[in-house]
Amino acid sequence: MRRFAQLFAELDASTATLVKVDALKRYFANAASADAAWAVYFLAGGKPRQVVPTALLRALACKVAGIGEWLFEESYQAVGDLAETIAHVLPPPRRRSDVGLAEWVEQRLLPLRGAAPLDQAERIAAYWDELDTAGRFLLTKLIGGGFRVGVSKLLVQRALAEVAGLDAKLVAQRMMGYTDATRFPTAAGYDALVSREEPSTAIQGGQPYPFFLAHPVDSPLAEFEARLGTPADWLVEWKYDGIRAQVVRRAGQVWIWSRGEELVTERFPEIEAALRSLPDGSVLDGEIVVWKDGRPAPFNLLQQRIGRKSLTKKVLADAPVAFIAYDLLEAGGLDLRELPQWQRRQRLEELLRARPQIHLSPLQTRGGWPDLAALRDESRTRGVEGFMLKHRDARYGTGRRKQTDIAGGTWWKWKIDPLSVDAILIYAQAGHGRRASVYTDYTFAVWNRTPHDAAEAASAIDAIANREPPAPDALQLVAFAKAYSGLSDEEFREVDRVIRKTTLEKFGPVRSVKPTLVFELGFEGINRSTRHKSGIAVRFPRMLRIRGDKPLHEADTLQTLEALLAQGER
Amino acid sequence: MPPTRGPDLIVQRPEGLYCPPGDFYIDPWRPVDRAVITHAHADHARAGHAHYLAATPGESVLRARLGSDIDLQLLPYGEAVDQHGVRLSLHPAGHVLGSAQVRLEHRGEVWVASGDYFVSGADADAAVANPTCAPFEPVRCHCFVTESTFGLPIYRWQPQRELFADIDAWWRANVQAGRASLLMGYSFGKAQRILAGVDSSIGPIVVHGAVETLNRAYRRAGVALPDTQLAIDVTDKALFKRALVVAPPSVHGSAWTRRFGEHSDAFASGWMQLRGARRRRAVDRGFVLSDHADWPGLQRAIAATGAPRVIVTHGYEAVMVRWLTEQGLEAGAFQTEYGDEQEGAAETQPEGSRE
Repeated sequence: MRRFAQLFAELDASTATLVKVDALKRYFANAASADAAWAVYFLAGGKPRQVVPTALLRALACKVAGIGEWLFEESYQAVGDLAETIAHVLPPPRRRSDVGLAEWVEQRLLPLRGAAPLDQAERIAAYWDELDTAGRFLLTKLIGGGFRVGVSKLLVQRALAEVAGLDAKLVAQRMMGYTDATRFPTAAGYDALVSREEPSTAIQGGQPYPFFLAHPVDSPLAEFEARLGTPADWLVEWKYDGIRAQVVRRAGQVWIWSRGEELVTERFPEIEAALRSLPDGSVLDGEIVVWKDGRPAPFNLLQQRIGRKSLTKKVLADAPVAFIAYDLLEAGGLDLRELPQWQRRQRLEELLRARPQIHLSPLQTRGGWPDLAALRDESRTRGVEGFMLKHRDARYGTGRRKQTDIAGGTWWKWKIDPLSVDAILIYAQAGHGRRASVYTDYTFAVWNRTPHDAAEAASAIDAIANREPPAPDALQLVAFAKAYSGLSDEEFREVDRVIRKTTLEKFGPVRSVKPTLVFELGFEGINRSTRHKSGIAVRFPRMLRIRGDKPLHEADTLQTLEALLAQGER
Repeated sequence: MPPTRGPDLIVQRPEGLYCPPGDFYIDPWRPVDRAVITHAHADHARAGHAHYLAATPGESVLRARLGSDIDLQLLPYGEAVDQHGVRLSLHPAGHVLGSAQVRLEHRGEVWVASGDYFVSGADADAAVANPTCAPFEPVRCHCFVTESTFGLPIYRWQPQRELFADIDAWWRANVQAGRASLLMGYSFGKAQRILAGVDSSIGPIVVHGAVETLNRAYRRAGVALPDTQLAIDVTDKALFKRALVVAPPSVHGSAWTRRFGEHSDAFASGWMQLRGARRRRAVDRGFVLSDHADWPGLQRAIAATGAPRVIVTHGYEAVMVRWLTEQGLEAGAFQTEYGDEQEGAAETQPEGSRE
């Protein structure tokens, strides 16, 4: 545990890839297989379910530290992380132990689940008492189910491969499904990951292949021809706004994997049923979407369905899902990933010809790039996000690799520009982790109607500053979105300063401010919502830039949002 | 101490903390006639007062910062002067060279204003912890006016011996890897504490000019510091690969650091306790080294005064007031213009001020 805590601290402290890989290699080179098995699991994103409720951890920490709940809360507001707060408020440890990570997890943490609360508290207090700050932080993260680390799966694979003297792609392949929550890692499993033995060609059970990820294409249209060549060399498909999924049909069974390598088969019974028509030894790549009225429905419908605990008849009827296939990775039990894209596509079309229950992503073959660009402008009304461009000769790669040769196999996403409005910052909250104590999470508003002039806007702002309730038909600001990304650290510091200077009131961690800042806010989609006061919900809102040039009365209005909404509904 | 309760000996005025019967200010932030200065950090010792009174050991640093021509009256620790019937004496605060608590006695009532002070919860013997100045001396009083920069229970310093062992280990590892060790900390107080605490046998010590100015003042006052050389005086660049470089935070990412070639950088401050603050600093290492009391240190210092009444000046005032009230003390707060660490935790504290 101490060694893993130290590794975590090293990964956490650095932003340099080389330093991280070195730290990982040092750890793996020295760790026992059983410990390394769990380390890989956690580092690659595996999460055991929360074993102890957060409320119990807080209450216990208060008791051990001899402080009241309010003081703990004040501390938490300064730290911005629950486990770190706990690690710091506890009195120094009285004992020291050398128990390894596997024993910690298997003998101590997992058995906590289901134990009586009093028993849990007693055991956790004893564990805290034998760990230093770094160890307590990590332990509490693991117990509370909030473990996250600043290292990508690719880096973990690279470090393992370098320690074991293997090809990183092979390690990636072996690691697929490693973090699936339904099974726990073992020493034997770790040994198999880094084994020098020849890999067996037959792929076991429902194991998927590493996903091939796309890059955004960043060239202006005028340069497409020069950079990409003619559209005839490319397979052009709609980019769907759903859940990327790989479906595996082997041994009479179906497995559906999300891109996060989570098994989600049970969530999509319609798709599972459709996939049963495939022959054994088939693996398809594609997208899960809600399919209604012959077109993909907005993502928020899918999101609502995922949020449901049980799939009632009504849920199934309201949000029926479909699988849109766009690639064939395995057929007849053979790995096809080295075949060129067009051959895989041909085989996919043949496979699905007699299986209409599985959608096939259609190819767009209209003329030159400008024609395609015109078609792409229809994306929003078609419920898609733009185009995917796949070179006809490309093999199916691994992960997201920078490719210098533009036609050399990269998948490109050619997305439409985000929707955007100019909105006014009205509330702010401090962030977490690196952003603790900096106001980085903002709530934005638009005007309920167009202000007559700057003076009317100014008097509405004054009313807010003086806490006067608005008159029924008065000009006022309506909150509609929260955003916390898109600014540089320097810009965040600048905005943080303004927020502190213009604070009106503090409600716990949230501050209301006298409105002074206009931001251009971008988002991917817009929908009606009964849960928001504005009646509108936007998807993926983020700050595109600070509009220092824009006076408050020129910010956008609810009518602007309505118009964007109407466009999407057309 | 019997509970006499005369009029308050320290009140808050727009100019700063004021003693009505004695007619003088303590660390005022606007120009006044008579100012008692607890220590020479910029937010406590401001320019423009007609007359200054400070502890004798702080003379060299105070003059180095405010000019040699200020009208400065010096008072050795523990000796008293009379100001309009108020008996005033200064007592060590353990914060930086010359830092003092101000003890005021008037008609049997005793008040103490702490200024900034350092008492570590981990080290019972404060003299071990900060060898660059006289250790904090508890003074019994009726009312204690205390700082509260790190007034949250998350701030708990490790024993200083362990901390310096960490710094030494980092320096040694860098020497082995053949790269310079750039350790940033405030030029006044923090830098000298680092110099006095590290194992100078590991390699040469190089400093920034701003640090050396204060080193001279410390050495003039008789504080033992290891040999240092100015970065600009180093002609053999190979020396940097073994060196510990001590510099103010303002050098971070500046052209000044280019001379060291490949180096590891670190920052020494109490704020480095938190992961978020460390990551915002974007340095390789954050060492939790503070010249302020940690939470247990604040509790211990307050208890040692025996004061039934406590007034908090700066840093998490509301939290400390509520906590002390729950402990059965009468607690209140003064709004001061000292430091702004709580709000400014996200920010770079200006050079010369505090942490």
